[in-house]
Amino acid sequence: MSDTPQAGPAGPDTQTLTPETAPVAPPSRGRRRKKEGKPASLWTDAWHDLRRRPMFIFSLVLIAILLIMSFWPSLFTSINPLDARTCDLSTARQGPSAGHLFGRDNLGCDVYARTIYGAGNSILIGVSTTIITAVVGGLLGLIAGTRGGLTDTVSSRVTEVFFAIPQILGALLITATFRDKGLGIWIVVIALSVLAWPMTFRIMRAAVITARSQDFVIAARALGASQSRIMFGHLLPNAIAPVIVVSTINLGGFIAAEAALSFLGVGVQSPDISWGLMIADARSRFLEAPLPLVFPAVFLSITVLAFIMMGDAVRDALDPKLR
Amino acid sequence: MSKTSLRTSPAEGGLGDEPLLAVEDLHVEFVTRAGIVRAVNGVSYSLNPGETLAVLGESGSGKSVTAQAIMGILDMPPARIPKGEIRFRGTDLLKLSDEARTQVRGQRISMIFQDALSALNPVFTVGWQISEMFRVHRGMNKRDAMAKAVELMDRVRIPAAKQRVNDYPHQFSGGMRQRIMIAMSIALDPEVLIADEPTTALDVTVQAQIMELLAELQRESNMGLILITHDLGVVADVADKIAVMYAGRIVENAPVYDIYRAPAHPYTKGLLESIPRVDQKGQELYAIKGLPPNLLDMPTGCAFHPRCPYRQDNCVTDAPPLYGISGARNSACHYWREVLDGDPR
Repeated sequence: MSDTPQAGPAGPDTQTLTPETAPVAPPSRGRRRKKEGKPASLWTDAWHDLRRRPMFIFSLVLIAILLIMSFWPSLFTSINPLDARTCDLSTARQGPSAGHLFGRDNLGCDVYARTIYGAGNSILIGVSTTIITAVVGGLLGLIAGTRGGLTDTVSSRVTEVFFAIPQILGALLITATFRDKGLGIWIVVIALSVLAWPMTFRIMRAAVITARSQDFVIAARALGASQSRIMFGHLLPNAIAPVIVVSTINLGGFIAAEAALSFLGVGVQSPDISWGLMIADARSRFLEAPLPLVFPAVFLSITVLAFIMMGDAVRDALDPKLR
Repeated sequence: MSKTSLRTSPAEGGLGDEPLLAVEDLHVEFVTRAGIVRAVNGVSYSLNPGETLAVLGESGSGKSVTAQAIMGILDMPPARIPKGEIRFRGTDLLKLSDEARTQVRGQRISMIFQDALSALNPVFTVGWQISEMFRVHRGMNKRDAMAKAVELMDRVRIPAAKQRVNDYPHQFSGGMRQRIMIAMSIALDPEVLIADEPTTALDVTVQAQIMELLAELQRESNMGLILITHDLGVVADVADKIAVMYAGRIVENAPVYDIYRAPAHPYTKGLLESIPRVDQKGQELYAIKGLPPNLLDMPTGCAFHPRCPYRQDNCVTDAPPLYGISGARNSACHYWREVLDGDPR
């Protein structure tokens, strides 16, 4: 059977092949490829999908504005609220005026400028906490999910201990205990990260376990891939999507949590500016002068909303079942 | 030490009497809650360069587990190998360190899987996945590795390889995906290729193309091919010899021609008779009665006795050894002479 010359195996073979590929090849190399110059992967598909979602575009614009606001607040206001000389006690709780759009707060400082400068800390804390939880929780989840066995059992039980701690209460405890250590706003980041990493851990672990039992992981092993190569080269890329989604949604939550902690007096401390702190300061005279409370509260809501909307859009785009 | 000896020996080519790959009295068991499942009970087979061994058997007969044991991709635990040897060019793979074992996998012994879609990573392009073999194992840079990937895709006859190298697995048809899987597995010129039901998930015309491709690649590189299948039709064309497995054991072992001419084990005979034939159109198709044994609760004596038309009293009590019939032929049946001669029914 093997000795007989197959009458040019290439001839009949390639001929019969063409119909086999025909139904698949053209759509894949057709319209979409020409437009984007790239083949359709999970990520390019998701991007393609996201660009058509008004919710995504809207939240992206909002987040872009907020980011610019936190890096270059002076673009939005000429007043530097960190400079005490811009405050004037005699004008405390003054309503909106030409130079002071949002009016003045209890200490006579400009509410608009303080709100703008407050974005920086909120975003910084939100983004840092998200990165830390995604990296720490993600990495541990990846290891636990890949290794399984005792590693998995021990780390899963540890996360359950953390899950049992009420978020705000735990954060209150941590920030109140370490507030004098000179960590500044980073104490908030640490407190939130310590309590929030188990969620990323669980999601990554679950996604890795799903990916681990798939044939391509066994195939990778059979083709000589090392343990670390399988972990980072095969499992991570297949398991990272849900972590990205949850992290984006969580980012909004962290910003809200920071505001809550600052409001309670254990988060960001004066003279640093934070929306939560501004809300707390304005609370006592809210009935006389509502604006110093309303403006930071509105900014806070919009920011949290923007990130949650972005997370929702990303989730929809990455989850083909929801399409 | 073992690693270096493993590396240098093929260059000499001096194998002596030692086959390329020899599985010797291999036992594999799985520890489960319900008890110990003996999936492989003393399997032995050997493979020479350029030779094709077909391992035949029903689902659960242990053919895939044997292959996974050779590759070293069984999850241990729950699996364990209490006994046996897997010698590759004289070196027992089971005694190698994990690191040395990884060196063998993919480079010296490689494997292709039944369902190529799930065996390919969905998030990377096929070119990336094929070229990964060269980047990781050969230290090539991205561009050279990609060029090699295109070359390989051409070699496994993927039309317009250059344009398709950046496509994702889901953009290929079943047959094309299996070709990509084959390209990956032969990327590093392995000496042994294990194909675990490579055509089961494909339709018949594509099956033939894939088998032809495998046979051709084998002719070019003189590698040994272990073809795991339950499809007797696939086997007849390409295999040199056949090992039939039942309940974790080899029940018959013979050159392909002998088996098709006259099987020497009632199970093999049953398998051959259950192939539909045109001249029997309209008649009821023969089927082996009963079900494969529960590996947790194996029948006494010969594992096949509850289903065997040739059964005698001693089959229930005495497990048959592999009787030598002639040269390379063996049968694990006390009554192989009767089976060879003909029909008791």
